[in-house]
Amino acid sequence: METLFFAIITLVAVVSAILVITCKNPINSALSLILTFFCLATYYVMLDAPFMAAVQVMVYAGAIMVLIVFVIMLLNVRVDAHKKQTHKVALGCIIGLFTLINTAFLIFKSRAAMPMGPYNGSIIKQIGHTELIGKEMFTTFLLPFEITSILLLVAIIGAVILAKKKI
Amino acid sequence: MGMEILGLPMMYYIAMVAKVLVAFVFVLLTVAYATYAERKIIGHMQVRVGPMRTGWHGLLQPIADGVKLFFKEEIIPSQASTFAFLLAPLIALVPAFITFAVIPFGGVIEVAGYKIPLQVASYIDTATGQIHDLNVGALYILAMSSLGVYGIVLAGWASNSKYSLMGGLRASAQMISYELSAGLSIVAVFMLSGTLSLSEIVNQQSTIWFAFKQPLAFCLFFICSLAEINRTPFDLPEAETELVSGFCTEYSSMKYAMFFMAEYANMVTVCALTATLFLGGWQGPFVSSFALLGPVYFIAKVYALMFFCMWIRATLPRYRYDQLMHLGWKVMIPLSLINIVVTGVIGYVIK
Repeated sequence: METLFFAIITLVAVVSAILVITCKNPINSALSLILTFFCLATYYVMLDAPFMAAVQVMVYAGAIMVLIVFVIMLLNVRVDAHKKQTHKVALGCIIGLFTLINTAFLIFKSRAAMPMGPYNGSIIKQIGHTELIGKEMFTTFLLPFEITSILLLVAIIGAVILAKKKI
Repeated sequence: MGMEILGLPMMYYIAMVAKVLVAFVFVLLTVAYATYAERKIIGHMQVRVGPMRTGWHGLLQPIADGVKLFFKEEIIPSQASTFAFLLAPLIALVPAFITFAVIPFGGVIEVAGYKIPLQVASYIDTATGQIHDLNVGALYILAMSSLGVYGIVLAGWASNSKYSLMGGLRASAQMISYELSAGLSIVAVFMLSGTLSLSEIVNQQSTIWFAFKQPLAFCLFFICSLAEINRTPFDLPEAETELVSGFCTEYSSMKYAMFFMAEYANMVTVCALTATLFLGGWQGPFVSSFALLGPVYFIAKVYALMFFCMWIRATLPRYRYDQLMHLGWKVMIPLSLINIVVTGVIGYVIK
């Protein structure tokens, strides 16, 4: 049952991911990307991580993609006439091939079971997924968390300075 | 009873289907009669009588409206992007309805020896007697309501008309800005409850409602929700005087009706969520001895809040666009952040 569900979701995820790069209209590409994000959220649900799933939908599908769709609509991008771009295609193929080989190598030489952290499935179920993430984020990983927020703050200030001529 | 499918008793499936049907039909009927109630209430507030002709005091008006819209001509503008144009009403409607899956509308009732918690996405583990529900229910609602934006953005863009595009852009900017402060204002509730599960939040309000502990958060959340679902006084996306009908200018027939239904379904959801988070959900006097009183209290609270929405619509004029943005970013968000800090400090001192 779970495998069947996984197969269906994977099929949708792969098809929508392919549609992202094959659609000619940027809005349709953006819609396919949202569908891909949704499938990723479903994976999180299947991995007993409902918090990650909700945040995935809220942040990626609900906030970031809305802004992207917004920008596409405001810029009013016209569908470009297709030019032959053999160089870029060749480069993309090479990079894609290397990534594929790398991924396959890592999967077959899998050491995923080796490093065991203090948490396993039963502990997560007992304490709660959300509680654990919150606790770790504000104790063990406090510094990286704060640095990330400062990074975002810098980006926001930069955007304000670029947008406003007189501050 | 004895039969099991995939390790769960037969009653589990029957209860699930029944709950889904009941919740769905309830929301649909409420949506239909909310349109009637709104016209009637605003009518009486403006010293008119409202719909009177169809049925006794116009009670059949929603059905007449539905039939009329159903048989109207379907128009798709020739310059529209057909796929997105057809998809938009669905994207607007679906999130509005599926949020109801996690809202608890009653306590636990017992049917034929099987205990059923009155919340669509939950069940009781018969071995341990524990209620399992979606433990990030509140986040699920926020996530789904953030998807509702797409329906409006797409409708505005796909119609390929200037009024629609302006309406769509306004609506999405407004929804994104107010989503932030709505989300931030309920953080204070989670700080009090220590959980994101809605049934747990309702259980904690059996003695005192969170509205009394968090009056500021309650007001902020309700105002921001009104803005997020584009109700008066924040209904700029459909300001007739400037934008004809905003993002649904080009829509007709059933597709227009779907936007209309989505708007009212969103209103029901927001009122139900406010009742759950701040007004004790289905909690009330004598509910522990008569479990069936739970849904009655819940529906009463939801309808009272919906009446309040309609009352606001009859009373207040519309905001101007810059006032709206000023209110959202410079008043609501700082206030909700201050509320979080104050809640944290007070919570720490009490501990």
